[in-house]
Amino acid sequence: MSKNIPLWEVFIRPRNGLAHKHCGSLHATDEVMALQAARDTYTRRGEGLSVWVVPSAAISASDPDRAAENFEPAVDKVYRHPTFYDIPDDVGHM
Amino acid sequence: MAKPALFTALLELADDQLILGHRLSEWCGKGPILEEDLAMSNLALDLIGQARNLYAYAGKVEGKGRSEDDLAYLRLEAEYTNCLLVERSNGDFAHTMLRQLYFAAFMQAYWQAALALGDEVVRGIAGKSVKEMAYHVRHCAEWVIRLGDGTEESARRMADAVEALHIYTGEMFEMSAAAAECAKNGVLPNRADLRDGWQTSIDDIFAQAMLSAPVVAYPQTGGRYGQHTEAMGHILAELQYVQRTHPGLRW
Repeated sequence: MSKNIPLWEVFIRPRNGLAHKHCGSLHATDEVMALQAARDTYTRRGEGLSVWVVPSAAISASDPDRAAENFEPAVDKVYRHPTFYDIPDDVGHM
Repeated sequence: MAKPALFTALLELADDQLILGHRLSEWCGKGPILEEDLAMSNLALDLIGQARNLYAYAGKVEGKGRSEDDLAYLRLEAEYTNCLLVERSNGDFAHTMLRQLYFAAFMQAYWQAALALGDEVVRGIAGKSVKEMAYHVRHCAEWVIRLGDGTEESARRMADAVEALHIYTGEMFEMSAAAAECAKNGVLPNRADLRDGWQTSIDDIFAQAMLSAPVVAYPQTGGRYGQHTEAMGHILAELQYVQRTHPGLRW
């Protein structure tokens, strides 16, 4: 049965001020049912304040076979990380 | 107000939630898809949670030291006073969703009305339950609409469910003597007053679902007086088995 029902990706925002985060997927006939299924499947223990669902077919993903050319060039460029600055104490937690 | 009336009326209310919660729990592991299996278990847990609160309060009102478990598991069939709708078999998914819609639309209005009444414990239970019932109505109405206005087969199954279950809906609004006394004293809502609003909600959903409610020539009733359908003995056999076999067993 579920092979005829579209797949949806579920994103949940756990608290105000945080971003929606991908937490899983589910099958549902349309967006209304997908939101309800997301509520029942992923927010039973108070995980979130807001839920997004997106048709899985609408997501374009990077090709795992191109991981080397996509991501590895960043590995040895440590100067891109903001770790060489002294942060004044008055700034507090960053 | 006489305590026996409140005790009796609370049991009617608690039995409705327990028996329907038990019925829904029978779907656990057998749902049509995983997502719906979880959804129905969630609905079942909402109802069983409400039943626990109501039994605990009933036991306190009675004042004979009976716990929620004593009241839920250790009574005889004729002592259960749930309405007949909640004990009807699950049937197919269409039957289960329709039964849940009928009952939840009624209970949503019931708890809404209870929020304005004088009993603090009832108000507390109502505050939590009214939100749960709003979700039950929303979830089940979406399914009833999709199945009623879906394929030829889903429409036929939905219409069969209406035919089978509509005759049990009138009993939800019947007032027993105990319920009437509690309503008169402003402790519990008057179920009869909720019928028109319920009818309007169901008509609205049925219009979207391309369904029509049948004229009920022989409304079924008797649960509030302990006269149950043949289904009830089977429910209790399973529900009470552990407590009857191992009396006093605890988690």
